[in-house]
Amino acid sequence: MSEIVISVENISKTYRLGQIGGGTLREDVARWMARLRGKPDPFVKIGEEHHARKMGEQFWALDKVSFQVKRGEVLGIIGSNGAGKSTLLKILSQVTCPTSGQIKIKGRIASLLEVGTGFHPELTGRENIFLNGAILGMTKGEIRNKFDEIVAFSGVEEFIDTPVKRYSSGMYVRLAFAVAAHLEPEILIVDEVLAVGDAEFQKKCLGKMQDVAEKEGRTVLFVSHNMAAVNRLCQTAVLMEGGNVAAQGGTASVIAKYLRFDTGEKTEFIPAPAKPIGNETITLHSLIVKGADGSPGPTFAGSAAIKVEITYRVLKPTSGLRVGFHLHGADGTIIFNATDVDGKMTDETRSHHPGLYASTCEIPAELLNRGQYSITVGSDTPAGVSFYCENVVSFAIVPDHARDAREENRQGLVCPRLKWNISREEEGKNRKAERGEVEILQ
Amino acid sequence: MSDNPQSNVPSHSVASDERWTTVITPHRGWLDWRLKQLWRYRDLISLFVWRDFVSVYKQTILGPLWHIIQPLLTTIMFTVVFGKIANLPTNGVPPFLFYMAGIVGWTYFSNNVIKTSSTFVTNSAMLGKVYFHRLVIPVSIAISNLISFFIQLGIFLVFLAIYHFKHFPIHLTHWVLFTPLFVVMLAGYGLGCGIIVSALTTRYRDLTQLVAFGIQLLMYAVPVILPLSAVGLRYRWLMQDNPLTPIVEGFRLAFLGAGEVTLAQVGVSFGIMLIVLAIGTMLFTHVEKTFMDTV
Repeated sequence: MSEIVISVENISKTYRLGQIGGGTLREDVARWMARLRGKPDPFVKIGEEHHARKMGEQFWALDKVSFQVKRGEVLGIIGSNGAGKSTLLKILSQVTCPTSGQIKIKGRIASLLEVGTGFHPELTGRENIFLNGAILGMTKGEIRNKFDEIVAFSGVEEFIDTPVKRYSSGMYVRLAFAVAAHLEPEILIVDEVLAVGDAEFQKKCLGKMQDVAEKEGRTVLFVSHNMAAVNRLCQTAVLMEGGNVAAQGGTASVIAKYLRFDTGEKTEFIPAPAKPIGNETITLHSLIVKGADGSPGPTFAGSAAIKVEITYRVLKPTSGLRVGFHLHGADGTIIFNATDVDGKMTDETRSHHPGLYASTCEIPAELLNRGQYSITVGSDTPAGVSFYCENVVSFAIVPDHARDAREENRQGLVCPRLKWNISREEEGKNRKAERGEVEILQ
Repeated sequence: MSDNPQSNVPSHSVASDERWTTVITPHRGWLDWRLKQLWRYRDLISLFVWRDFVSVYKQTILGPLWHIIQPLLTTIMFTVVFGKIANLPTNGVPPFLFYMAGIVGWTYFSNNVIKTSSTFVTNSAMLGKVYFHRLVIPVSIAISNLISFFIQLGIFLVFLAIYHFKHFPIHLTHWVLFTPLFVVMLAGYGLGCGIIVSALTTRYRDLTQLVAFGIQLLMYAVPVILPLSAVGLRYRWLMQDNPLTPIVEGFRLAFLGAGEVTLAQVGVSFGIMLIVLAIGTMLFTHVEKTFMDTV
């Protein structure tokens, strides 16, 4: 089972920056004539010549990327925007060529870079299933065999003979994904298709992908920003950063690296004064997580409250200011959002004069389950976002040794202590109630 | 499995002990056309042809009638302007039939060029998402234009019959047997020129503007309006040496019994068509692998 089906070897891809070529024939001819006569390029602005040559400036979208994928593996590819994920997928699906290096592939490869490619708005759902299927590489016979299955999966049976331009966007996506999901390639590339559709449909998609991988033993490359989905679907993952592979291995450890957990929990984030974070109205001064009793962390007991202290400097009088944070779980899921105007949205409380402020939030004891957490801090005014820093601090909640062993293994993102009422019922009373019911029924 | 369009032929030599089905490399030879792969995409070609035919006339009143109306109106206009008003010679053939014979063939060629020339630009959204053999698009365009060509040819034959029974006896010649060859040549020229332009438009968008105008201009260098015999000696070479001329003249000779063409001219024209197609395919193959980065 450990046969390698994709071997990416030293793949690089460069893009030229700025205007590509002249764009018009006239400029290219003039440039070429000038070169023949030994004169400088007539379209280079004065002073620019000493700069890196305009045509020569390159951007390395991928820089010697290598990795291998085994048969039946579900590989997650994660990374922030611009890390080179999409470029890699485009090369893998042969939409564009690499600048150097090579990729060797065993088996048919199909990509869902975007569902619904080639859908024609004037054609009906039925007609588009055939068209889209053929574009994705199926033959007419294959589509005919799967037609009923596709329609059933999409859930748009009633509208199958209606032009897709009259479909709601949800129906459109469902039909498109249904076609793609019934492709039978040995290797399936999936890019962010789960960003669309309602929760129920997303669940269906994830289920289908899991089936494809587990039951049918196909290889899947899954690119997503949804860490929870990556964590659930993939055994291994690759982290891309700035065109390089920054980490590779078990999904949990790669996601942890992406979310910066591996660098150790860091409970303080203080931007350097030389590089302030924020805008002309407000800048972030610091973000500190500590125990309610002042303990520094980075691990806190579940039975104690935690304080999140955001200090910020207001530079000019402003109203409607809001400071808050997202609390993320280990897989990146947002557990909750909180802002300092929760429950008191009056203009008075939200107007600030210049100065240094601190907004402190207390996460109550007995709320978070054991595990690792990170915080994204942000602030905005009605005019827009002032600052937004992702996953800047992190901490861990550890089981409280004082508690019962059964308690320590509770499931779930949170483990709140809810109010329970335990009472002993009198047996005679119960029987009376039963009789009462019977009487009513009669 | 051999029927699967995406089980690609390896484009380069394969590592000795392992069997890879696809090897993606930065460079592709100028002659690496993957025509076998194109054949495996025939289902997609037929679906594209069908899509073009079905979708264009949805939500129109006259529907496919437009295939007929367009050349008919052009023919009437030419008959009135060039035949009646300017009184240009038509080789002794009724002007209506003369112009229609020219227009039917010419329309097929010019539609091929104009529509295939924007392959990359108009389909960039789709081409940027999935891989299929890129020539599928221009080939499907040439085939779907063929449908309207045959409809127009049918109308032409109807008018030919009407004239036959009214006042102009038809002189079908043995050149009629060459009609399929003429159609293939028109398709080849249209496709060849179209993909050359489409490859160049990925870099020079101006060409899209130029094509429509250039085709119109080219029409005057082909005996669509003026028969070859009516062109003065001084400019005659312009029309006579044009590789498209034998096709148009041959077509008229076949159905109307009037035209100047020799077998040798048709042969040379066929050879040039093959060269144009080869150059087009070469440029197209060269551009397709990276056009996404420039379009």
